[in-house]
Amino acid sequence: MLDSQIEYIPVLIMLAICSAAIGGMLTLNFLLGPKRKNAIKNAPFESGEKQIHSPKRRFSVKFYLVGIFFIVFDIEAVFLFPWATLYRQWLRDPAFAWVAFGEMFLFLGILSLGLVYVWRRGALEWD
Amino acid sequence: MLELILLSVAKVMGIVMVFVMAVAALLTWIERKQSALIQNRVGPNRASVAGLRLGGIFHLAADAVKMLTKEDFDPETDNPLMFRLAPFLAVVPVMLLFAVIPFGPGEHFLISNVGVGALFILAVSSLGVYGSTIGAWASNNNFAMLGSIRTTAQMISYEVSMGLNLVGIFMIYESVNLQDIVIEQGSLIWGWLPAWGIVLQPLAFILFMTASIAETKRAPFDLPEGESEIVGYFVEFSSMRFGLLALSEFIGIVAVGATAAVLFLGGWQIPWVQGTGGWLTVAQVGAMILKTLFVVWLQMAIRWTLPRFRYDQLMRLGWQYLLPLSLLNIFITGVVLMFVEQGRI
Repeated sequence: MLDSQIEYIPVLIMLAICSAAIGGMLTLNFLLGPKRKNAIKNAPFESGEKQIHSPKRRFSVKFYLVGIFFIVFDIEAVFLFPWATLYRQWLRDPAFAWVAFGEMFLFLGILSLGLVYVWRRGALEWD
Repeated sequence: MLELILLSVAKVMGIVMVFVMAVAALLTWIERKQSALIQNRVGPNRASVAGLRLGGIFHLAADAVKMLTKEDFDPETDNPLMFRLAPFLAVVPVMLLFAVIPFGPGEHFLISNVGVGALFILAVSSLGVYGSTIGAWASNNNFAMLGSIRTTAQMISYEVSMGLNLVGIFMIYESVNLQDIVIEQGSLIWGWLPAWGIVLQPLAFILFMTASIAETKRAPFDLPEGESEIVGYFVEFSSMRFGLLALSEFIGIVAVGATAAVLFLGGWQIPWVQGTGGWLTVAQVGAMILKTLFVVWLQMAIRWTLPRFRYDQLMRLGWQYLLPLSLLNIFITGVVLMFVEQGRI
């Protein structure tokens, strides 16, 4: 196993311990709490009214747009992380400095253009 | 291997189960007491042990007992498994954040020195959205569903600028590993100014705090649960299940505090003090805890100072202010670093 993989073993152990702790709390609650169920108590909370339609219906397309923007901009952020960690190292190489500088600001410029485009189309306005 | 496993179990118990859970539990009391002081009320003061009230601090124990002895009923749902899974999905990711946070120098105060530390935090913190989304979906309740759609839109909107804010930090310290970032922050600029993230990236610190508070769904970004408008995504959760969803919020506050302390406030570094070892290590762990608690206090104070946003204001702040400012911050950082490396500053 690689050293970098061994570092994830404590994370897995932590996952197990945290899940066990939460499971323990819920089990304790199950053992200690009363169990008197009836149909009215189990009905969905609707301020005393009967539910007239299911919650699982179509929702506004704006939320879908937010989801798409999230994917687009988050993936672009992911491309920035490797560049960011190497940026200073590249700058120290005089032959490479302007390339490192220029290529990413070209990328950032395109990213900003995309933002300006969706902004101008009114996709970021909520009314 | 066995040594590694035992050591990790001990660290997880020490850091998460003792420190984080204790602070999170204490926060449930501090939050109510502080809000009471700000609003000129008395706050919780009823619970007493042997006639002693101590400002109502025994409400911690009283609340825990109450949560455990209430009935946990399932609503009429077609997804009972998902409903039961939701508390796990909400709490486990925020607890996992502490796996990569260095609480002190060396390897003993760090559960796992994952190479991609800061990216691990971004990735795992975004998993928290599943708890509220799946929980509300399985609740079969209109209020919960409204709350969950708002939560999802809010969390993914602010996640973008949260990731972009940290790019400046990665550029300056040339690493995504949190322990490396903290060690780099121990150096001094011009021989006297600590090279902390907040000094070198003040704009990013403000943007990061804003995005983080939105991620933890606290006021002024508490639209997902806005008590007086919609009841929130956890309407149908009772007893300990509700308690765990509330606890996940408080653990999230501590996690934001620790992350901000590590990335922007120098982590365990004490300014102008170099080296580690012996009592200095103890002092450095204390410094890290103090910084974490400071950011926690800051979030509490913000919550009870600012009024709640309207939904369109919330989305506008996320997409039209935070995102362009984050891009601007990366640009400025890049230009300044260019001058620094050429020796002009």
